[in-house]
Amino acid sequence: MSGKPKLHYFNGRGRMESIRWLLAAAGVEFEECFLETKDDLTKLQKDGSLLFQQVPMVEIDGMKMVQTRAIGNYIAMKYNLYGKDLKERALIDMYVEAVIDLNELLMTHTFQPADKKQQHLATIVDKATNRYFPVYEKVLKDHGQDFLVGNQFSRADVQLLETLLMAEECKPDILAKFPLLQSFKARISNIPTIKKFLQPGSQRKPPLQEKDVPKVMKIFY
Amino acid sequence: MAGKPKLYYFDGRGKMESIRWLLAAAGVEFEEEFLETREQYEKLLQDGVLMFQQVPMVEIDGMKMVQTRAILSYIAAKYNLYGKDLKERAWIDMYVEGTTDLMGMIMYLPFQPADTKEKNLALIIERATTRYFPVYEKALKDHGHDYLVGNKLSWADIHLLEAILMAEECKPDILSAFPLLQAFKGRTSNIPTIKKFLQPGSQRKPPTDEKFVAIVRKIFNI
Repeated sequence: MSGKPKLHYFNGRGRMESIRWLLAAAGVEFEECFLETKDDLTKLQKDGSLLFQQVPMVEIDGMKMVQTRAIGNYIAMKYNLYGKDLKERALIDMYVEAVIDLNELLMTHTFQPADKKQQHLATIVDKATNRYFPVYEKVLKDHGQDFLVGNQFSRADVQLLETLLMAEECKPDILAKFPLLQSFKARISNIPTIKKFLQPGSQRKPPLQEKDVPKVMKIFY
Repeated sequence: MAGKPKLYYFDGRGKMESIRWLLAAAGVEFEEEFLETREQYEKLLQDGVLMFQQVPMVEIDGMKMVQTRAILSYIAAKYNLYGKDLKERAWIDMYVEGTTDLMGMIMYLPFQPADTKEKNLALIIERATTRYFPVYEKALKDHGHDYLVGNKLSWADIHLLEAILMAEECKPDILSAFPLLQAFKGRTSNIPTIKKFLQPGSQRKPPTDEKFVAIVRKIFNI
């Protein structure tokens, strides 16, 4: 059935947020169906709608797609955000996979037990500023272009921006040593579709609050 | 620089094994450089050849590629193992992500504390037989073809065979309820490039043992 893609997830960022970003950046309108209780998840599982019994699930182009990366790949390809050839795709994939790794750390921060939070934050900051951000800073420096790959807006730019903003939520001055990432952030944020997504009232989700953690846990565990 | 791809990793399966499988299935000869000491790893870091300071790293077509999935996607696309269009690719991606999740659980098992091993093994078997294998069994049943996607050998088939064999190492009769997967296993194992890879003396690595765990812990100080 044609029409807007429909996203099935809970009303929060989690693993679906990157997909929301990608669709929004591509200028694609989408609908959302939020899981509120365990029963909502169970119903989808019993329906046979979830290939591996998991969300995210996105109804798109007649498919019920699952697996975050598969969904991201499909959207990027369909909307020309995946480079112009195999080599550009390889670079985009490398950059995106690393961003996903950093996102995993950021995403799990709210779920850390209180006594582990401080240590976890230190790990995030260490990895972000020593392992990941220097790579993207250097990429931008070496070619001097506006976008990470092929002098053209791609999925890599979208996902990096998402991560930069999430990292700043953890530590507001985390980009202090990365001037090119700071200008990258401003530049990409100003792209019309992205600017719109960053405004209040969009489908972008806020960070998960501690008080909401139990509710999310109940749906999945 | 043209020439054979060169793989940088430990002398063991880990995250590189799926890459070895894919290259082998595609009939691509490759070389390997094994990390055995911390000094070797630090030299790679100093040389600046590990983009995010991690292995796997594969030198291929003038690139020093890192990130397992990026490497696998590149090889699959290059050697026509990624379907014929966007939709076939979507299915291949979904299937591969499923087998990646399953093999990931099995891969980490030797690194888990001894007292959790039994519980984790039970979870692997449960997931394999109730979450993952039923999906592939049904896919084969629904279309009746030899291969998972598009009636043609793809990355998804190679990855599934790898996952099946790894799961059987955990529990030899794990496919007992899945007749189509058993036939799939027999059939896919007989593809000449794969048959060759399954023979002794190939670059396929044995199951992870204590020695491998010790090397990894030593090199990464964990």
